[in-house]
Amino acid sequence: MDKGFLLNLYETMFRIRTFEEEVKKQFEDGNIPGFIHLGSGQEAVSAGACAAIKKDDYIGSTHRGHANLMAKGARTDRMMAELFARETGYCKGRGGCLHITDMSVGSIGANGIVAAGIIVANGAALSAKLKNNKKVILTFFGDGAANQGKFHEALNLASVWALPNIFICENNLYGEATPQSKHMRIKDISTRAQAYDMPGVSVDGQDVLKVYDAVSEAVKRARDGKGPSLIEAKTYRFHGHHIGDPETYRTREEVEEWMEKRDPVKLFKSRLLKEFKADNKEIDAIEKKILKEIEDAVQFAAESPMPDPAVLTQNVYV
Amino acid sequence: MANARLITGKDAIREALIEEMRRDPSVFLLGEDLEQATFGVTDGLVEEFGAERVRNTPISENAIIGAAIGAALTGMRPVAEIMFADFLMDAMDPIVNTMAKIRFMTSGQAKVPMVIRTPSGAGLSAGAQHSQSPEAIFMHIPGIKIAVPSTPYDMKGLLKTAIRMDDPVLFFEHKMLYYEGGEVPEGDYTVPFGKADIKRQGKDVTIVAVLAMIKKALMAADILASEGIEAEVVDPRTLYPLDMDSIINSVKKTKRLVTVEEGSRTGGIGAEIAARVAEEALDYLDAPVKRLGSADCPIPFSPALEEVMYPTEQGIADAVKQILG
Repeated sequence: MDKGFLLNLYETMFRIRTFEEEVKKQFEDGNIPGFIHLGSGQEAVSAGACAAIKKDDYIGSTHRGHANLMAKGARTDRMMAELFARETGYCKGRGGCLHITDMSVGSIGANGIVAAGIIVANGAALSAKLKNNKKVILTFFGDGAANQGKFHEALNLASVWALPNIFICENNLYGEATPQSKHMRIKDISTRAQAYDMPGVSVDGQDVLKVYDAVSEAVKRARDGKGPSLIEAKTYRFHGHHIGDPETYRTREEVEEWMEKRDPVKLFKSRLLKEFKADNKEIDAIEKKILKEIEDAVQFAAESPMPDPAVLTQNVYV
Repeated sequence: MANARLITGKDAIREALIEEMRRDPSVFLLGEDLEQATFGVTDGLVEEFGAERVRNTPISENAIIGAAIGAALTGMRPVAEIMFADFLMDAMDPIVNTMAKIRFMTSGQAKVPMVIRTPSGAGLSAGAQHSQSPEAIFMHIPGIKIAVPSTPYDMKGLLKTAIRMDDPVLFFEHKMLYYEGGEVPEGDYTVPFGKADIKRQGKDVTIVAVLAMIKKALMAADILASEGIEAEVVDPRTLYPLDMDSIINSVKKTKRLVTVEEGSRTGGIGAEIAARVAEEALDYLDAPVKRLGSADCPIPFSPALEEVMYPTEQGIADAVKQILG
């Protein structure tokens, strides 16, 4: 595989991790209001999936959407400013963590209602089909969303209409505070694809290349007019459902074991060095660049103005 | 009216859909049973425009509204049909939480140029889940525009405006008006949102009504005229934006206000109008405001019960006489 491509993947994953950990710190320091849902631990899913599509393809995202958006190419300074609730944020402080969006990079929105983004994503796929422009959409959602009626309605419609929609379930093993074993009887959510006569596959969501391969195949199928696919990426969130979650539903040992043995960023870094012959200097340069980028993002956010209450009701209507 | 013919409400809506689909390739339809439509509005459209642009869907209201939102976000102008307005409740989440809010939540990055057409209203013994008039519920949700046409002319003209508009529109079509006739011009014309139609001039009382209640209000005005009372009948035509200027100007002239709607009185259209008149024109009123609407009761099946649910022309006339003293 092309080393530049692999290093880019690492850069995306390291950017997501660094951003998310900085957000946690800024929240704990009182600089970020609201409910914050971090994607640390799930970097490989977004990075691998978004590397499989083009710049003008679409993504649909969720309440845990920072990683999706960064992987699609959004700027971290404007994202940080949004979380700081500032006028310079992507949504000028009207959206926050739950709704952070940059439509210019192809996001059709981060939906704070579990599974609500899935039904909307079909519409973007339908646009692509009606315009015959060969675009596809990656629709991210969690294991919890797979139990919503909207999941069923959306996958059925996408199948009936052969929509170019790649449904990507980021199964982080917990629907908020309820473990998967207590919210569904099946182990592999991908098996639900059978009900819609579409391909369904479960992959190791901590392995960025496995995610990339599975999504690439589904994207090819979608562009060829063969319709949707369901990909389940088994992953793990290193932090709570939101910052401040008491996490009584899982043990500290379990979290630490994932962090130690199944950290997608560390795993990929070590493969880059051993298997793909990257040298430490290249990796160091990437990490240094990203650390500076996130430091600058915080400074940009902190120095940005708050939104002006005088224009509160702007953009309720066109 | 130049080039006007007498056609039904159903045909006026179909004509608007056909003309807009011919005019703009980004306009398409989706909904349940469009090829054999429950009220016949979309019959025959698939023959002209094909199944790509006239899309029969599964019975999945969330998926219908969700797909319309996503298509609207990415450059199309979908017109979704919800077979009965009662079924809007199936899709309250995408309507209220996404369609109405995404433009604001993204600070204007998104726009959602879509229309949801849906038949509301009682009169067919269709029971409590197929007869509701839920228009007022949506007045409480910022981000949605709401059309409530009362004539075939307004149905065609307002629907064209709705389809060309960049905001999401909920377009209520009263079932009993589908088969009523009215003068409608051939070809293109539009009716603006937020501009009331004064259906009848009068000096003694202002009657504000919508949808099928306009006809009842006009009949009441005839009854009142025979007794020497001149009622002014105002049709707001859209509930958001609501043309309060026209309503208040009328009230300033007549000094009296009666509102008439088919939905429940509590928290209804009349409640909002009465409150706004109280805020802005209380000093002009010579009598208490009277709100007419359905009882706070689900719509019954039996015609014997259904017909006492909503205001009649005689009931409206009596209400007017009551506040005239």
